Amino acid sequence: MTFRTYREVLGRDRSGLAEQVGAQRTRVTERLGSVGRVVAVMSGKGGVGKSYVTAGLAIGVGRRCAGAVGVLDADLNAPTAARMLGASGRVIVRDDAVEPVLGIEGIRVFSMDLLLEEGQPLRWREPDGERFVWRGALETGALREFLSDVRWGSLDLLLVDLPPGSAQIHDLAELVPDLAGAIAVTIPTEESRRAVERTLRAAVDRDITLLGVIENMSGYECDGCGSVGPLFEGNAGQRLAHDLDVPLLGRSPFRKSTDGVVSPTLPDGIVDAFLGVVS
Amino acid sequence: MKFLCVDCDEQMDFAERALPGDGTFAAAFICPQCGRKVAMLANPMESQLVGALGVKIGGRTLDEQPLELVRSTVAGREDALVDHDPAPASTGQRLPRWSPAAEERLQRVPSFVRGMVKRIYGEYAADRGISEITPAVMDTARTDLGLEGM
Repeated sequence: MTFRTYREVLGRDRSGLAEQVGAQRTRVTERLGSVGRVVAVMSGKGGVGKSYVTAGLAIGVGRRCAGAVGVLDADLNAPTAARMLGASGRVIVRDDAVEPVLGIEGIRVFSMDLLLEEGQPLRWREPDGERFVWRGALETGALREFLSDVRWGSLDLLLVDLPPGSAQIHDLAELVPDLAGAIAVTIPTEESRRAVERTLRAAVDRDITLLGVIENMSGYECDGCGSVGPLFEGNAGQRLAHDLDVPLLGRSPFRKSTDGVVSPTLPDGIVDAFLGVVS
Repeated sequence: MKFLCVDCDEQMDFAERALPGDGTFAAAFICPQCGRKVAMLANPMESQLVGALGVKIGGRTLDEQPLELVRSTVAGREDALVDHDPAPASTGQRLPRWSPAAEERLQRVPSFVRGMVKRIYGEYAADRGISEITPAVMDTARTDLGLEGM
């Protein structure tokens, strides 16, 4: 028995899987057509305050250009950005999209946090037995839908708060070929520097533009006198900026929350420096 | 993936799909020349992987719904989403009625996905000039549209 090759059988694949995937990508491109710049906020390490920095940047930029900023919380398993931005409530599905939820300063927010029960983890309906087969594909699919199916509208800036690690920046770059670049967040320690450096070099390998580094929890700000004292040892922000030849956008000290309410605020100099590199 | 009828050397057409149980995904293909049918059975891992890509074996018959993949795969908060039914005047076509039995069945769908499922059945019926959605229409639509998992 002899067989023709796939391409020699001239009829199209009856399922049109390639066309379906192509249509998914087109939806992302069309939806983001009215968004000026998409910028990822990333780190190689958890607990460095990526979501805090994302929210702080969004609020800082939003105060300068009201209504022009969106935040996509791409940390599906530990979403925190929506709450920091004061975005909560039900999500409205209208026509071909869902509406983002408005947060502080009119920032348009979408997050898995809006879809989950309070305090409950992200649970997929699929049986748990073969999670390794489909979990990554579902997470990428969810990120794709958050980009394409949320009516972001006309935005100057969409910040994407990525989870720790390097996998999602690759997914994002695949989905958003016009990605303006990535901001890296680190804390001052050597451990953080090493983890973040690996992730940044992976991003460089993928030709993702590194826009700058922000060192978070860079000292402790006294809530009485405002002076900044030491918190962590190290100089990771400066070293990463030097080693990867990117600007250090600034250092943000740890601030105690008042009444347990997190109010993401970054020094004006960081917001200005950020606007300088994305403009 | 293409299916070739060896006797006729013809590419087979997609015929139907189903989820017969235990996570198996079944798709039937038919030879346009001799009418021979074959079934492709994907094991649960293969079914889940294809499902996770948000694509439909046999092709799409309806536009992708907003957050379709997330809503059909995430066990989300019941009241997280509010679906706005399109007003009849804005769509330019009469929306099909829901029979009481069909409404009752719809109420058994988790509310996280209920609005999307209702919209899909509504569009299916409207496209085919069906004026009333009954459980029988829902059964047919489920098979036609590959909604067995919903």
